Amino acid sequence: MNKLTRDQMAERVARDIPEGSYVNLGIGLPTKVANYLPKDREIFLHSENGLLGMGPAPAPGEEDPELINAGKEPVTLLDGGCFFHHGDSFAMMRGGHLDICVLGAFQVSKKGDLANWHTGAPDAIPAVGGAMDLAIGAKKVFVMMDHLTKSGECKIVERCGYPVTGIDCVDRIYTDLAVIDVTPDGLVVLEMVEGLDFDELQRLTPVPLTLAA
Amino acid sequence: MIDKTVASLEEAVAGIFDGATVMIGGFGTAGQPAELIDALIAQGAKDLTIVNNNAGNGEIGLAALLKARRVKKIICSFPRQADSHVFDALYRAGEIQLELVPQGNLAARIQAAGAGLGAIFTPTGYGTLLAEGKETREIDGKHYVLEYPIKADFALIKALQGDRWGNLVYRKTARNFGPIMAAAAATTIAQVSEIVPLGALDPEVIVTPGIFVQRVVAVSGAASARVA
Repeated sequence: MNKLTRDQMAERVARDIPEGSYVNLGIGLPTKVANYLPKDREIFLHSENGLLGMGPAPAPGEEDPELINAGKEPVTLLDGGCFFHHGDSFAMMRGGHLDICVLGAFQVSKKGDLANWHTGAPDAIPAVGGAMDLAIGAKKVFVMMDHLTKSGECKIVERCGYPVTGIDCVDRIYTDLAVIDVTPDGLVVLEMVEGLDFDELQRLTPVPLTLAA
Repeated sequence: MIDKTVASLEEAVAGIFDGATVMIGGFGTAGQPAELIDALIAQGAKDLTIVNNNAGNGEIGLAALLKARRVKKIICSFPRQADSHVFDALYRAGEIQLELVPQGNLAARIQAAGAGLGAIFTPTGYGTLLAEGKETREIDGKHYVLEYPIKADFALIKALQGDRWGNLVYRKTARNFGPIMAAAAATTIAQVSEIVPLGALDPEVIVTPGIFVQRVVAVSGAASARVA
């Protein structure tokens, strides 16, 4: 089968973001989605540290330490973009004003619980940032992650083994193997990569899947 | 004549007492009032409870305050970063207490304090480790967690310009926690790159009204714009 590369996953997610959407891209893999947003669509990128209308990385030498994204990397502001304080920024998130947020994950459960903030390891220093606000706030929560861990365990699970970030919050899962909707009737497979059939996907995934009609 | 400007950083941090709760603005180093923190280190107050989004970067600013062993407890959302080694070592040695708060709850609890609210119900964190043992309530079919305000004795924040009444404007994403912390502290101390005459700030664009600010101190523009 032809597993998607990280860039192909980002390109696939980007295709599903409509014109006019207010979108937050989480730290890590989701950040790549910005590189593939169709140029003919106006899409508003939100960064929780306090900007809307975030543009691409600045040219070398043009970085401004006071113009950064949530990953603390230098960014730019598009014409029409604006700045605001953390209260307003998290009101945008928690208040359901964002259309889509895209997050990475350790695990997603069959009912849409998300685990992406803490491994729960006893020696780990916990850090949560805006993960819990993003998980529950946006109108649609998309997760992008590998289907399997490096050791071959499926990241779509019956119940999250890691501490959860939010419960019943994920709407759609994009993996390197498939696109899967989380619905009240269970997990519905919308797409699979070339060379993968449904039986094989089900064999790799320890919770029941159905194929979209 | 009301004049909230003070002539020196030393004067700006005067009176911060041992055991005080001190909010410090900034998201990473953007908006972190590094000069005020240096002045606080020199001033010597200890056993502080610090409220910040992070727990210090490198060895400057908040990290330097931690390294000087002045901080008993930190309330923050994202302590662990690539360059948080000062905090990491203190935490692993059991020499600092951590209250981990989701970032939006941190903002909302600070806002609640500034707005005089007794508590808030927030959906963030419901069903997670960070809501364990907390009161919850179902409102209109949705689950919420009861969280209490975070108020402070002092807030140290960074703005671009201020005037003698304490009105402030900020610069780009350095605004972050400044405006909400200003409202939540009994004494808010703002470092600015420039003090301007009354009337010079457009009243339509003043972000923090002077009522929330007690002291304003100018630091050199070059120092405040330094790269982290």
